[in-house]
Amino acid sequence: MTETVIPLDSVDLAVAAGLVVLLALLTWQLRLGMSQRVLIAGVRTVVQLLLLGLVLKYLFDMRHPLLIGLIGLVMLLVAGREVMARQRRPFKGVWGYGLGTLSMFISSFTITLFALNFIVGPDPWYLPQYSIPLLGMMLGNTMTGVALTLDHLTQSTWQQRAVIEQRLMLGEDWRSAIRDISRQSLRTGLIPIVNAMAAAGIISIPGMMTGQVLAGSSPMDAAKYQILIMFMITAGTGFAAVMTSWLGSRRLFDDRQRLRLERIKTYKDQ
Amino acid sequence: MSELRLEKLKVVHLGPVDLAVKAGEIVCVSGESGAGKSLLLRAIADIIPHEGQVFLDDLSSLNYTAPQWRKQVALLPAESQWWQDLVAAHFSEPDKVNFQQLGLEASAIEWQVSRCSTGEKQRLAILRVLANRPKCLLLDEPTGSLDPENTKRVESLVKNIAERDNLAVIWVSHSEEQIKRIADRHFVVRDGGLFQQ
Repeated sequence: MTETVIPLDSVDLAVAAGLVVLLALLTWQLRLGMSQRVLIAGVRTVVQLLLLGLVLKYLFDMRHPLLIGLIGLVMLLVAGREVMARQRRPFKGVWGYGLGTLSMFISSFTITLFALNFIVGPDPWYLPQYSIPLLGMMLGNTMTGVALTLDHLTQSTWQQRAVIEQRLMLGEDWRSAIRDISRQSLRTGLIPIVNAMAAAGIISIPGMMTGQVLAGSSPMDAAKYQILIMFMITAGTGFAAVMTSWLGSRRLFDDRQRLRLERIKTYKDQ
Repeated sequence: MSELRLEKLKVVHLGPVDLAVKAGEIVCVSGESGAGKSLLLRAIADIIPHEGQVFLDDLSSLNYTAPQWRKQVALLPAESQWWQDLVAAHFSEPDKVNFQQLGLEASAIEWQVSRCSTGEKQRLAILRVLANRPKCLLLDEPTGSLDPENTKRVESLVKNIAERDNLAVIWVSHSEEQIKRIADRHFVVRDGGLFQQ
């Protein structure tokens, strides 16, 4: 089965890494202030994926549900940190980390549990070969949606503070005063996944499907799995973005419906 | 009848301030920029956190939801904000607005906000806040961007409405002449306090 996959050696990977270095040079030349981030993210990819390659076999051999839950928790916490790191104006205090993490937790875990128990149905339902990659794909995409939603929400609120306050002065409640902004932030968070659904199969051949086919699954089975994943991811990202935008909007106002911009940090250039 | 009463109102470096504005009375407030005049108005409208309490006819602001309070105790900021393309979209009942009383054409309701001058926007903002039928007006330099003729129009409109509907008015102004024309009492904000002149 696996004979169909051509093995890659370190020279192949080094050539690909060269492309990323080239991009880093370009961003440095354009003064985007991103070259360091590109390089660090590249190094993280190498280290994290090689580590995963080392432990994946043990991971998949795990049978204890608590241990698998613990792995899921670690994945969630790292995703939460990533969401915060992508904010130009994160919330201060525990909210900075907690808000995105909570939304991702509720949405990703619920949908993964639902899919494992009622759709895929492995035995036992928490079988790591299914549960961990499913949760990982959920978190990876939800993370993007949540980060975009939150970033747009806080950034636009900061820029449109005068308008929001004017609307409050005229007697609008907080929901109505921030409605345009929270809607737009929700749209921003949903665009990538809706685009991915629209492009799936024609413009892009999704990574998981490619992997399954390379590993010998029938293309039809791989397609069905990919459809399932796409729907899960879309629903998960959508619910998490809705929750994030609601919680975030709520947090921007206090109990007397006053806009409290001191609850978010000042500008961080990314 | 609506009396506005501030009790030990304190915000940042201003206060505690005690003040009662009677129904139908216009109280002018002046002071150097940065002294805290706008902060005072924003605290009264409960747009920013503050200590102390504000009463309207002996009912504290805490007896109302924040939107109810702000509709009655209406704040006109120094610079008005507009978030829709058309003027009309900012009024709940555009047909009932009398534009002529501030020297605007009746067709002003169909205007695009982006084409209005600063002065036109300011006059529209005054009409917009009055359309909510507030019981108390907090005006932050309402004539700052207006020519003498329109300044007079705004002054007589506010005076008439204050008298007719018994509004309590706090009016922030930099112009001594204006204060002489409209004020029943005049206070200066200085060193974190409010001093009657």
